[in-house]
Amino acid sequence: MNPWKKDFPILFQQVNDHPLVYLDSAATSQKPNSVIEKVAAYYQGYNSNVHRGVHTLGTRATDAYEGARDTVQKFINANKREEIIFTRGATTSMNIVARSYALVNCKAGDEILLSPAEHHANLIPWQQVAKQTGAKLVYMPLEADSTILLEKVRPLITNKTKIVAIQHVSNVLGTINPVAELAKLVHEVGGIITVDGAQSVPHMKVDVQDLDVDFLSFSGHKMLGPTGIGVLYGKEHLLEEMEPVEFGGEMIDHVDLENATWKELPWKFEGGTPIIAGAIGLGAAINYLQEIGMDQVEAHDRKLTAYALEKLSKIEGIRFFGPLENRIGAVTFNLDSIHPHDVATVLDAEGIAVRAGHHCCQPLMRLLGETATARASFYLYNDESDIDQLVTGLQKTKEYFGHVFLG
Amino acid sequence: MSSLDDLYRRVIMDHYQRPRNKGELDDGAISIELNNPTCGDRISLQMNVENGMIKDAKFQGEGCSISLASASMMTESVKGLTVDQALHLVDLFSRMMQGEEIDTEEFPIEDIEALTGVAKFPARIKCATLAWKALEKGVKQ
Ligand SMILES: Cc1ncc(COP(=O)(O)O)c(C=O)c1O
Repeated sequence: MNPWKKDFPILFQQVNDHPLVYLDSAATSQKPNSVIEKVAAYYQGYNSNVHRGVHTLGTRATDAYEGARDTVQKFINANKREEIIFTRGATTSMNIVARSYALVNCKAGDEILLSPAEHHANLIPWQQVAKQTGAKLVYMPLEADSTILLEKVRPLITNKTKIVAIQHVSNVLGTINPVAELAKLVHEVGGIITVDGAQSVPHMKVDVQDLDVDFLSFSGHKMLGPTGIGVLYGKEHLLEEMEPVEFGGEMIDHVDLENATWKELPWKFEGGTPIIAGAIGLGAAINYLQEIGMDQVEAHDRKLTAYALEKLSKIEGIRFFGPLENRIGAVTFNLDSIHPHDVATVLDAEGIAVRAGHHCCQPLMRLLGETATARASFYLYNDESDIDQLVTGLQKTKEYFGHVFLG
Repeated sequence: MSSLDDLYRRVIMDHYQRPRNKGELDDGAISIELNNPTCGDRISLQMNVENGMIKDAKFQGEGCSISLASASMMTESVKGLTVDQALHLVDLFSRMMQGEEIDTEEFPIEDIEALTGVAKFPARIKCATLAWKALEKGVKQ
């Protein structure tokens, strides 16, 4: 058996009288005992507000919360802890960049360059910025296999380009975008790059200094952590010049009846009682991942994705979306003319959890010419046997619908 | 796969493969388009309503077997009904989806009874109700 699966208690249950096969980690990952226990230990032992008061529990909670920030900083190799802002998730992080950076720095005639495969969370904020500032959205072309060719993107990056907003890894296609190269190109013309790391940070070593990205957003719940916690990384000089988007307690320095000043980074962006248990849980998740090593996590997830593509391709009538190699985390497909909801329902009856739908990527679905697709996604607790079950489940789906269609 | 057989009854697959009333009506018909934003299903429903009576109904759409079969059955049921009768069916159908025991004989076509199995698949109820929501919206216009 997979050496890590034992750490994930949820995986040992029956669903519809079959052992659960969880293939929906791109939507949200499962949590190891160490994370669950760490969150429980906070509530059981030192639940308290942070940065306030002088009592002992408060100090312990503050140390744990700020300790989690240091853990995140090291994990993505940020230069300073001030560059790590805790948020509610990737969506919130990207909205902060759009509202606090882009609304101020974009004007009519400027361009924001994106890929048409973006998750709605890295698309709609930019539509709003475009509407409010008059900046123009420019889309990179996708190749037939839905990948991006740098040569075709290069001419689109001009001195009008203020922002490149792109996902590092696609939640539908599993493609890995050339973020470091894009960063170099946009910096040459004086623009910035903001990266949606929701699907890359869980699966691979992401080093913000190596990639030289200006902003990176990701969610704790997709990387073994709790829901409700996420991270916005931003280069210090950019965060310094940005205004907070939420005002209230925790983020202020001096307040009088007419005016207030802000705390220094990172707290000026963390108005209100922060997500203390979430941050502590995310810290525990990162510790767990680092004990295994991100290189090993990446190798495992790439290997499983390749294995899935190979095994599933033997099923007659399956159509894949995205490239057939160099992808990570997810395999997206349709089977014959069976609607993906129907596929997912038959698989669920076999205890196999996959996602069916547009995966929050409606423009991409239109490009692919589908209204919905099925997606199986993998993480470190999956192994080949899960994929073999999926293959069997899909064979049954074919038989089942073949039977009702003919019957 | 016995509960699956409850979901995918043969009549449902028949309506899915050979949808009744698929297409468009002339200009002037009431026209409603509804999406299921969580999964991308889409239905566009057209109806001719004269003197409070539904004369004709047609639909087009994209979706799974349950949503399209339900649309096909719905359009078959409502032709010739008054608006009030149609709204009564909407209510009846919605209660059926919540698992309530209802008198399925009240439906003008008996095929609809086959959709009772959907109530056991909470994730699929939205698929079955999409066309009925479009009907409700349409007759209230
Ligand atoms: C590529 C990508 N970006 C952004 C998000 C949004 O993440 P969250 O819903 O946690 O804010 C997701 C999650 O579905 C995703 O897959």
